[in-house]
Amino acid sequence: MSRETSLVTADWVLQNLNDPKVAIIEVDEDTTLYAQGHIENAITFHWREDLQDGLIRDLISKEKFEALLSKNGISNDTTVVLYGGNNNWFATYAFWYFKVYGHADVRLLDGGRKRWELDARPFVTVVPTRVATRYVAKERDNTIRAYRDEVIAAIGTKNIVDVRSPAEFSGELAAPAHLPQEGGQIKGHIPTAKNIPWSKAANEDGTFKSDVELKEIYQGAGVDLAKDTIAYCRIGERSAFSWFVLHELLGVNNVKNYDGSWTEYGSLVGVPVAVGA
Amino acid sequence: MRTCGATPGGPSLAGINLATQTVIQGVILKAGTDDCVPNGVAVTNAHVRLLDSTGEFTAEVPTNLEGQFRFFAAPGSWTLVVQAPGARVEQGVIATQGSPTDLVIHI
Repeated sequence: MSRETSLVTADWVLQNLNDPKVAIIEVDEDTTLYAQGHIENAITFHWREDLQDGLIRDLISKEKFEALLSKNGISNDTTVVLYGGNNNWFATYAFWYFKVYGHADVRLLDGGRKRWELDARPFVTVVPTRVATRYVAKERDNTIRAYRDEVIAAIGTKNIVDVRSPAEFSGELAAPAHLPQEGGQIKGHIPTAKNIPWSKAANEDGTFKSDVELKEIYQGAGVDLAKDTIAYCRIGERSAFSWFVLHELLGVNNVKNYDGSWTEYGSLVGVPVAVGA
Repeated sequence: MRTCGATPGGPSLAGINLATQTVIQGVILKAGTDDCVPNGVAVTNAHVRLLDSTGEFTAEVPTNLEGQFRFFAAPGSWTLVVQAPGARVEQGVIATQGSPTDLVIHI
């Protein structure tokens, strides 16, 4: 777990995009982007249709994950490179997802789709075909995934990092501002959570800040990285971004993503909630 | 002079409850040679980010195929940062609930 093993540059992608042992996968919040243009030889996963169970709220099962990767020509020894729009939010979610199911070599394109576009690098519309494989996933790694009871027990004892915007943390907004401000859950945050927005870790072009800057962001906010840490946001994508920063770039092992996040916590009956900055 | 394309500004507001939403939206244009109102070519590969009154990131969207963007914010003072290949523009806005802020931003 380090910047060298978890992150690739655009130049690396250009040099390796024809390698059959490399699978480039675009994962977007706006799922129409891939069809408009994507990196040559990239396939796409739909964050909801491919990666959500659909009946219950959960990740897809191990068997469905195996079928998804097999169908898309990904082997256990394939180097998977993820990228996407919206500063890689959903791509880092997919990265975390691949790690939950134990994929050995998964990496993220630094800056994602945005930096690629700002650099005026080429997109194509041709959809590649990959030869089907027989992928075998591992059992879910719950050392990187937090569930609600653990989050409630962590109040006042573990680091809880709310990576949403200050306006969502305080209760002014119920959702990120590119979405309608609707939803059944109440507004606010988990008591004792520190608000360290995911965006603190990224440069304006979507690339990650340096390791020195990243450490200072968390330690400067009073997060003791020697303690267990749980990151959450609204639905688990932005917190996957911050999980990536802590777990993959900074090599902090005891970090979990709470993918239930505020849409779950903010709907629970009787749990404590805080509002304000 | 002629009007090019649809109504200048952001996407259609049909179906949005403006009584409860604080909408900031618009269109990003770059210099064009056409005698159009508004004059310019839609920038379809821009990224628009919304910063709060302290300069903190709140949201970001890519422009659509018409160069348009939209945010659902809260009443108050915000800053838009438009990024596109070779261009970066900042613009301050005051948003109000019930009355959408609709912008034409040139880069």
